[in-house]
Amino acid sequence: MSQKDARRLTFLLLLSPFLLWILLLVVIPHIDMFMLSVREKIEPRVYETGLGNYIEVFSEPVYVHTLFRTAVMSVAATALTLLLAFPVSYYIAKLARGRLKSALFLMCLLPFWVSELVRVFGWMILLRETGVISSFLQWAGLVSGPVEFLYNDAAVMVGLVYTSMLFMVVPLVSTLDSLDESLVEAGYDLGGGGFAVLREIVIPHAMPGIVAGCIIVFMLSLGNYLTPILLGGKSSLWFTGHIYSQFITRFNWEFGAAFGFILLATSSLLVWLALRLSGQTLASTIAKS
Amino acid sequence: MLPTIPQSALVRLTYRGYVALFFIYLIAPLLVAATFAFNDSLFPSLPWNGLTFDWFFNSTQPKLGLFHDPNIMRGIRTSFVVAVFTTTLSLLVGTTNAFLFERYQFPLKELCYVLMLMPLVIPGVILGISMLVFSSTIANGLEDSFGFEIEALRPGLFLVVLGQFSFIATIATLVISARLRKFDRTLEEAAYNLGGSRFDVLRTITLPYLKPALIGSGLIAFLISFENFNTTLMLVGSDSPLTITMYDRMKEGSTPVLNATSLFLMIGSGILAFIAVLAQRDKSKPAED
Repeated sequence: MSQKDARRLTFLLLLSPFLLWILLLVVIPHIDMFMLSVREKIEPRVYETGLGNYIEVFSEPVYVHTLFRTAVMSVAATALTLLLAFPVSYYIAKLARGRLKSALFLMCLLPFWVSELVRVFGWMILLRETGVISSFLQWAGLVSGPVEFLYNDAAVMVGLVYTSMLFMVVPLVSTLDSLDESLVEAGYDLGGGGFAVLREIVIPHAMPGIVAGCIIVFMLSLGNYLTPILLGGKSSLWFTGHIYSQFITRFNWEFGAAFGFILLATSSLLVWLALRLSGQTLASTIAKS
Repeated sequence: MLPTIPQSALVRLTYRGYVALFFIYLIAPLLVAATFAFNDSLFPSLPWNGLTFDWFFNSTQPKLGLFHDPNIMRGIRTSFVVAVFTTTLSLLVGTTNAFLFERYQFPLKELCYVLMLMPLVIPGVILGISMLVFSSTIANGLEDSFGFEIEALRPGLFLVVLGQFSFIATIATLVISARLRKFDRTLEEAAYNLGGSRFDVLRTITLPYLKPALIGSGLIAFLISFENFNTTLMLVGSDSPLTITMYDRMKEGSTPVLNATSLFLMIGSGILAFIAVLAQRDKSKPAED
């Protein structure tokens, strides 16, 4: 066997697991899900192709409202995460030194090493009526009776931001780390104030990290199931909740597949928009973080 | 703001205070989830009734401890088995993918690379339902045309493994690729010149070099699989992995045995994280101390 043939054979051996994985587990199942979503049930065991499921979703105000609410809250959670994480990331990347720097960075990773279930559970114990915060406020004399902090949108927001914080901090720290400090000094030397330097030098440099972080956080929030259900309570509607109930509880798969596809389309659209607006590509942001 | 640039003490203190608050926010839920495992009360909430280890070791109701709770122990075993299979598959495909994308040029490589990244930007719930839809399509097809039923294609652990593998493989690919990219290829060439076969070179030069990345991504894969909830929820059959068992308990309102389980998970992850840090340390570099 010649050298060239051997190389060719190796290539095929490496290509086949990739193709099997990506086609059988990712590409074809999603095509199949789409096919299912455009299948309308006319009567038992008789189907027709059409957009009926989608029309039904969009003509039902509850579903439209939930989709809108999920998207808006996910965008808000993303913005809040960025706002909270940026100063801390800058501190870790540029102000902390040596041991402290690596210790702080590792501490940011801590929540990731613990199951999302445990994190949400921790927040439930903190926020519930008989929980730690309510008891503390009563003990401090700030409120007279127990206060329920759980089961509202603010609780959902706290949980979403908490769960996704790490995915913002890591890309931010890694891009800010590579920022040349003499550029910042030069900015000050040229007479720029703190905000001018931040706007003209720091943020443009950190843009790939910001975009990567925002995309991941947005995706995680949109696709989150546990946090809205457990922290938001029964009245909190989240799109994944509808998907679950259509598939598992009501066994209406055609309808559920349409839900799934709408969520996928919404998430892809917003991710694409973010990449477009910032001039980044998926490979340049996600793969590096 | 930089250490080299003078700032007013007030600004510096406020900034530090904010960073400190941020870390309290990160630690608080984990801390309370762990602490209430030792509370001698039937509910994971205040008041504090004194220290107990019953939630770990007690063998009778109503204070059934973690190590005597058959459902939770079964959940841990199930999760462990699922995680072992998922990790093995992810490492195999991750390694072949890394070689494919780092060593070969082929038509449509860009497209394949983007496809490889896709599972990271698809919400876990959607990955789960698309897998569910596709496997049922196959199972129904086989049943209708050949009249036999494949149990593995119905919701259950086999599908859970495939569902988790579908996106964990991407993570493994990225970690292993990052290390392979830094590999000095002249080492391989030297080995060929010395008469080594392709297999020898792979076994004695390239794979040992990749070992830290393989161990690191293996641990990450294991952890993500063990803690996965979204994808698992959609594909689970009658055997529940730990996260599903915990979720069911959490909805009902549970005894602090859940806190004990949380602490158990934290310690387990902590040990894995420690091993990962040790493994990632590059042995080819001279030690610093």
